[in-house]
Amino acid sequence: MTKRTDIHKIMVLGSGPIIIGQAAEFDYSGTQACLALKEEGYEVVLVNSNPATIMTDNEIADHVYLEPLTVESVERIIRQEYPDAILPTLGGQIGLNLAIELDKTGILDEFNIELLGTNLQAIDEAEDREKFKALMKQLNEPVPPSRSVNTVKEATDYAEEIGYPVIVRPAFTMGGTGGGMCKNREELERIAANGLDLSPATQCLIEKSIAGFKEIEFEVMRDAADNAMVVCSMENVDPVGTHTGDSIVVAPTQTLSDRDYEMLRDCSLKLIRALKIEGGCNVQLALDPKSYQYYIIEVNPRVSRSSALASKATGYPIAKLAAKIAVGLTLDEIKNPVTETTFAEFEPALDYVVTKIPRWPFDKFRDADRRLGSQMKATGEVMALGRNLEESLQKAVRSLEIDEDDLISETCRQASDEEVENRLVNAQDDRIFYLVEAFRRGYTLEEVHELTKIDRYFLDILMHIVEIEKELAENVNDLATLKKAKRYGFSDLTIAKLWKTTPDDVRQFRLSNHVIPVYKMVDTCAAEFASETPYFYSTYDEENESRKSDQKSVLVIGSGPIRIGQGVEFDYATVHCVKALQKLGYEAIVMNSNPETVSTDFSVSDKLYFEPLTLEDVLNVIALEQPEGVILQFGGQTAINLAAGLDAHGVRVLGTTVKDLDRAEDRELFDQAIKKLGLKQPQGDTATTPEQVKEIAHRLGYPVLVRPSYVLGGRAMEIIYSDDELDEYLSQHAPANGDHPILVDAYLEGKECEVDAICDGENVLIPGIMEHIEQAGIHSGDSMAVYPPQSFSQKIKEQIVEITAKLAVELKCVGIMNIQFIVHQGEVYVLEVNPRASRTVPFLSKITGIPMAQVATRAIMGESLVQQGYKLGLAPESQNVSVKAPVFSFNKLADVDSYLGPEMKSTGEVMGTDREFEKALYKAFEGAGMQLPETGTVLLTIDDHNKQEALQIARRFEKMGYRIAATKGTAKFLQDNGLHAKVVGKIHDLQPNLLNEIKDRKLDLVINTMGHDQAHNSDGFIIRQAAIQHNIPLLTALRTADALLKAMENRTFMTNAL
Amino acid sequence: MKRYLVLEDGNVFEGEAFGSSHITTGEIVFSTGMTGYQEAITDQSYADQILVFTNPLIGNYGVNLDDYESLQPKCRGVVCRELARYASNWRKQDTLDHFLKQNHIPGISGIDTRRLTKIIREHGTMKGCLVNSIEDKEHTIEQLRATVLTDQLVDMVSTKQPYPNPGTERNVIVVDFGAKHSILRELAKRNCNTIVMPYTVTAEEILQLHPDGVLLSNGPGDPKSLPQAIQMIQGIMGKVPIMGVCLGHQLMCLANGADTFKMKFGHRGFNHPVREIATGEIAFTSQNHGYAVDPESLKGTDLMPTHIEINDGTIEGVRHRKYPAFSTQFHPDAAPGPHDAVSLYDDFMQMIDKRRGEQGD
Repeated sequence: MTKRTDIHKIMVLGSGPIIIGQAAEFDYSGTQACLALKEEGYEVVLVNSNPATIMTDNEIADHVYLEPLTVESVERIIRQEYPDAILPTLGGQIGLNLAIELDKTGILDEFNIELLGTNLQAIDEAEDREKFKALMKQLNEPVPPSRSVNTVKEATDYAEEIGYPVIVRPAFTMGGTGGGMCKNREELERIAANGLDLSPATQCLIEKSIAGFKEIEFEVMRDAADNAMVVCSMENVDPVGTHTGDSIVVAPTQTLSDRDYEMLRDCSLKLIRALKIEGGCNVQLALDPKSYQYYIIEVNPRVSRSSALASKATGYPIAKLAAKIAVGLTLDEIKNPVTETTFAEFEPALDYVVTKIPRWPFDKFRDADRRLGSQMKATGEVMALGRNLEESLQKAVRSLEIDEDDLISETCRQASDEEVENRLVNAQDDRIFYLVEAFRRGYTLEEVHELTKIDRYFLDILMHIVEIEKELAENVNDLATLKKAKRYGFSDLTIAKLWKTTPDDVRQFRLSNHVIPVYKMVDTCAAEFASETPYFYSTYDEENESRKSDQKSVLVIGSGPIRIGQGVEFDYATVHCVKALQKLGYEAIVMNSNPETVSTDFSVSDKLYFEPLTLEDVLNVIALEQPEGVILQFGGQTAINLAAGLDAHGVRVLGTTVKDLDRAEDRELFDQAIKKLGLKQPQGDTATTPEQVKEIAHRLGYPVLVRPSYVLGGRAMEIIYSDDELDEYLSQHAPANGDHPILVDAYLEGKECEVDAICDGENVLIPGIMEHIEQAGIHSGDSMAVYPPQSFSQKIKEQIVEITAKLAVELKCVGIMNIQFIVHQGEVYVLEVNPRASRTVPFLSKITGIPMAQVATRAIMGESLVQQGYKLGLAPESQNVSVKAPVFSFNKLADVDSYLGPEMKSTGEVMGTDREFEKALYKAFEGAGMQLPETGTVLLTIDDHNKQEALQIARRFEKMGYRIAATKGTAKFLQDNGLHAKVVGKIHDLQPNLLNEIKDRKLDLVINTMGHDQAHNSDGFIIRQAAIQHNIPLLTALRTADALLKAMENRTFMTNAL
Repeated sequence: MKRYLVLEDGNVFEGEAFGSSHITTGEIVFSTGMTGYQEAITDQSYADQILVFTNPLIGNYGVNLDDYESLQPKCRGVVCRELARYASNWRKQDTLDHFLKQNHIPGISGIDTRRLTKIIREHGTMKGCLVNSIEDKEHTIEQLRATVLTDQLVDMVSTKQPYPNPGTERNVIVVDFGAKHSILRELAKRNCNTIVMPYTVTAEEILQLHPDGVLLSNGPGDPKSLPQAIQMIQGIMGKVPIMGVCLGHQLMCLANGADTFKMKFGHRGFNHPVREIATGEIAFTSQNHGYAVDPESLKGTDLMPTHIEINDGTIEGVRHRKYPAFSTQFHPDAAPGPHDAVSLYDDFMQMIDKRRGEQGD
């Protein structure tokens, strides 16, 4: 054995909060790595600020630090733990960058700490564009002509030399942040300036565009003995030009001949050997569709999103093996964890085809720029497996959980030919639907290829789908056509649309003719060797390989792709549910469609079905597995939405019954329950005319909360303070009779809070109350929150506990539920109830030590809280204070307003814990990347009705030594109140104005509360965008500012005259 | 059009016909390679075999002249899950369907190739036939069982006449047992002056030409059915540097007193990791063999194992202890498959040069 015995304690760096470009995949890789290191007998110290992850669970590492991933904070941990080594290659770019920073401080030398996996020189050679180019030149491997520049002028000069179009790639930024394709000088000037700004090194690469080339990725591994191999090859359906994270990707490559493939394989292995990487590495290549000419686009010297995808696509656990390699083990001595009969030194052979489709946040961010380019915009992704590409693609499409259930999009059908062509040329997230639509309209393969440069092979797959669609429409109730359609991945729902019948009728017809799917195993070796992997996907073929076991089983539905509002938290809860079921002796079967997560690691559950989470797909698995029942409470809204359908098909939904789920989710039924219990909730009514809206508003009294009833998730919800504002609102969102009424609710000023309660049907356990820091009206997912509550009296807490208990019992909750409250004038009002696990479950589980999803699962399976040994009611509060802070990805999404409101916008969260509230706050801000200097300048642009409150905030900033900058009106108000406020010009004033202050980084913090100023050309919007673009901390709520001040004041000395 | 794959064990698979409409019988084998269907189909080592691709999507990039491994493939059939409707690649000159028609090779798609692979894995390689109707299923199966496949496969695929592949450096004779073009390509890259000889060539005939080296090519079938060739090798051992590939390797082992055996379902694909014993280095290799050298039988011979497959320990290469001769079970020339072991051709060249140097002294 070559395992290192000279090191004992290893520190693993996580990737921090989830942002676009760095998502749940690092929870998966980090968890695998920590477990692998423990398995080899090392003591593992983990640092990660993201509480929503499995990797930060106590049993994953020996010492878990939920602390900010900053040099300062990691240094403190190093000084306590004395690790022998740090493994930085599993925490994404954050982990890698942090390792570089740590090395610069000298602490690694001081403590004699070794970096495992990839040495710093290799990181530098892969990440620094110039060094990378030099290395490629030395290896005689081609890269597109490019030059690193530090100024916009250098950029334009070079572009003139090599010719447009060019691509701007900022150095050391994640997911290509700030980069983009430029067709002319004007675009280059704009994008290069932005990119230089965002690059920590003020460096951009200007590169000749090779848009239209095939984009190919290889996931490669190497060990210290120089064994190197390819785990998976992938081909982007979208040619070079669209970020690979935003591309539809298939595995293995489909349009490469063996010569093409081996040429690129040779190149990839040469690179990983040259960089001497010990572990996994991702190589992105561009191949000319008309010659052997290829270019290397990029090398990631670490595990990445693509390696998570490759692991799930092949079954080969890259991160686990990367960790083992990092401690000296070699591929030819590690057993292949899939077959358990062969060695890890094995290039997987696939006998299926995998499709990945990114999941974009544009359902939430309707105003965002949806065009795809070199800047990644997706928040998550789905993966599907099939025995042909049509099947795998259509399964992936129906896994997306967007408005479209399949490739038949009504919006596309309505579009004019011109619009369709436009959407083909300018790729957006929805291009796949327009591609199919184009073929429906008779466009030829050549025409569509001309417009999109997508390989004709892929286009033909889409054309084939359209042909089968037509065949279906022309052959209603024809068995042969049905069989064919199922073989090519058509859902019952799609067939029903084309047959103008119901999915249930199609299902009945299908079942009565024994057209049912079989399940095939993912085994890394295309069945060459016997394998026991419990990892399956459905297909319409002959032999079913998944056997129902004799053990009693429970099916757990996961939460699908990561999107805003449904993040990694739900995967956390799913995994814990599985653990609890296993402890109870059940076989836990997981169904999920998300390749990034821990729950889709086949070693987590007893059986994994990698499948779309639609009713049809779930019913198919149930028909085979005959489980005791299905647990839906932990898979977020995705799983809950399946409840009614499953119930209607006679499936036993475990825990809270479907009828009772309805009572929590249906507004009217819920109102009845509230009335019955004599609880308080904000008053409200429904209006169908503008006059009615006004009448209700007057009746309730301003401020009121208004929203159209037909939109979900807080879209177009606004707090209205006056008739004028209401008129303006109504001019944009006119109510209409019938389907589109407007809901008007009293807006109660006060403190929001929430609880997650576990109920066994009779008794209730409340692990903790979380107090929101921001005012009501900001989505709970975007609020900072603190546990235990800092401003609630004992009486209020008792009220909350009492209401929770009453509601849980009345709604016959069995399992877990989440309740949102508002405390208004000493009274507790119920805002809403979610009859399922919420995003606070991991956070609260970690701080209270109560494994909530597990306790809830036991309750669901019939073990009462008392039997489980829990005291009822509110659990004793912890001595430490923990603060949750949201993290946003605004700098990846142009045109999304960063002003916080009722609609959720954050992509991730961090946690800060300390003995005092202020210190916990400080850590949370630090973890969220908001580090402020001791003194500096803060810009205040404040809405009129916030001015009084803002005055207090401004005073405290001044007291701390901060200078205040403000526009004329606000400045005068502050000056009148005795403050020194510097006047800066408004946006439309002559330069220099406040935008120059932002651009020149003369400001350290921007506070902007101009919430009604949401139009894209409004001052408020422009100020917020500018702050985000220039990476200046931005706050849009005064309560957040108050919290920040608390944190900052705590670290500064008092400066008071006697 | 429907077509059926009938197996000796009575299993019948129904699928869609493509390629030629010939009815054929052969030994059914599977390959796990995910690319390179054209190279595999034209590899003469698959003579008289029906080739199952575990990769479900075949034909995606068409067929082209560059990738032929022989001009008249003798493979008996192609079995796959899905045949591409559209072949897309800049080098594409033909579609797989049309190519198979021209070469009288029938194909069948729509097959649960994973199930089929598992059957072959469990039962071992067996006979199968591709037919266009199974009206008399029992009769078809009986006929299949009664069919005796020829053991004269090499005779079927080897060249009848010697032919040159001129170069200006080392003179190499390739003994053609069903040689892949990639062997000739590797020699041509090294500017060898190559003469390809029929498999019936004798030691005397070879030595008369005074070659600098002899390459024993790959080929189909049981090495033991070629006693003449074994004799020929015995006649040239030690007199001229030898490199053996696949069947050539097995023949060289037999010529030196080792034994070969028929494997249950062989190695076909290109993800077989092979360790070079001397250095510990591992290469992924292109493989296509149903027979292998018995490791025990090497004891007491002049051959020492140089390469083994890391998972099942199959002998993948040997070297002669006294003479300049080595052979590999895998195809260092790949095509299809990884190029990890291609430097063995350089070793062959070095061996030749060393020998020439010695003789010059």
